[in-house]
Amino acid sequence: MNLTLLNVIVAVVIAIAFAALNAAYLVWAERRGAARIQRRPGPNINGPFGLLQPPLDGIKLMAKQLTTPGGADKVLFIAAPVLAMFPAIMSFVTIPFSDTIVAKNMNVGVLMIFAFASMGSMSLVFAGWSSRNKYSMMSSVRAVSQAVAYEIPMLITTITVVMIAGSTDLMEIVNQQSPSILHWNIFPLLGNSHNLLMPLSFLIFFTCTLAETNRAPFDLGEAESELVAGFHTEYGSMGFGLFFMGEYANIVIGSCMTTILFLGGWSCPFGLFPGVWWFIIKLYILIATFIWIRWTFPRTTIYGLLNLSWKILIPLSLFNLLFTAGLIKVF
Amino acid sequence: MVTYFSEIYRGLLSLFEGMGVTFKEFIKPTVTVSYPYETLEMCERYRGHIELIENEEGEPNCVVCMMCQRACPSDCISIAGKKEEGSKKKVLTKYMLDFTKCSLCGTCVESCNFNALDFSKEYNLASTRKEDFYFDLLKRLEDRNK
Ligand code: SF4
Ligand code: SF4
Repeated sequence: MNLTLLNVIVAVVIAIAFAALNAAYLVWAERRGAARIQRRPGPNINGPFGLLQPPLDGIKLMAKQLTTPGGADKVLFIAAPVLAMFPAIMSFVTIPFSDTIVAKNMNVGVLMIFAFASMGSMSLVFAGWSSRNKYSMMSSVRAVSQAVAYEIPMLITTITVVMIAGSTDLMEIVNQQSPSILHWNIFPLLGNSHNLLMPLSFLIFFTCTLAETNRAPFDLGEAESELVAGFHTEYGSMGFGLFFMGEYANIVIGSCMTTILFLGGWSCPFGLFPGVWWFIIKLYILIATFIWIRWTFPRTTIYGLLNLSWKILIPLSLFNLLFTAGLIKVF
Repeated sequence: MVTYFSEIYRGLLSLFEGMGVTFKEFIKPTVTVSYPYETLEMCERYRGHIELIENEEGEPNCVVCMMCQRACPSDCISIAGKKEEGSKKKVLTKYMLDFTKCSLCGTCVESCNFNALDFSKEYNLASTRKEDFYFDLLKRLEDRNK
């Protein structure tokens, strides 16, 4: 595909629409799911099954006034929510949904997505710093320590997968897993590594995505019981809306990456009819798990969070990296 | 080293157990009542504001003996009645309840010897205006029979 101006605009519009639609309806799914787990019906008044709730919420948010707290750093304050949304949308450009549906495939796709993902925590720092609010400040300090702690095991696990595939091209990584479910990186009995510890890597990666997207039980940045609403305490209107959309867009990206790296992307478990639908099915199962986890576990403490990363996830992922390297050498 | 791994293992297991619990709750039916659309039937001994009991003809049982009005510690009840020409009994013409002062103590219900007074099961009484809590029980009785 040539990079003409029209193509770029179309790709960006589709990415924004996809991200916005996902954000809106994941909020709906989240609220319905939470309600079911707590044995209530959830939003069910506006439209069938409450399906009109997200657009109405959006209208409400847009109609509100955007206020800047006195003494806030205006430029950073406005830049932060944009920075929360922008990397997420950029990442969509390089994610392959099937072997044909991809805006721009790159041979360093993995790298690019992680580069953009690391910008996500910048937005939290900006928001917390510029708000001139002690709670926001504390939240951004937490967000940084959390991002540092969880990006390491995440990247180590990704390197493990990249080593098995021998490529940082997302297409290539999926193609290597395509023959059958036993070639998927979550359970690679027939792949070229035969590594039985990969399910563990999958768990590590999934936990890190949870932490990276600031989702419960790792939502210490938000921690409404102690920090009001954390970094977005001072945001109203679409400033808050963008943070919210950014969070859900990041969930989608995280699930996309998990699908691509571990669950064989768009390949079918039995080798039948590979296509975008398999990707969508896996993606939404993962997202449902995100929601399920959020409403199952209480928030951890900051110590628990850092201990989990430094004492368990990093050593285990490092061990698996070495183990995989050894296996690749042997086979 | 062994405790390190067994702790991880047990921790992981407990996480899955927790998710099992929420999954089971997820597929169970909901237990809440969507309030304005559905309401719960109040239980037998619920004390709402007082209400007149009617006889078979739909007339109040009350004989205007004034016992309830006198018994009320908060002075909520004001009654009026008149004697029809040629009849022995008094007929109730006004029964006003000032619910703003009522403490739901039940003394009025207890003091009535003619089975004419009872607690209603009404609980949707929120309002922003004081006047909404001056009840004309005679009118409420008529409305009930409409
Ligand atoms: S319940 Fe008590 S306070 Fe209320 S009207 Fe009867 S006697 Fe008065
Ligand atoms: S005590 Fe009973 S009968 Fe007597 S006035 Fe009150 S409600 Fe009527």
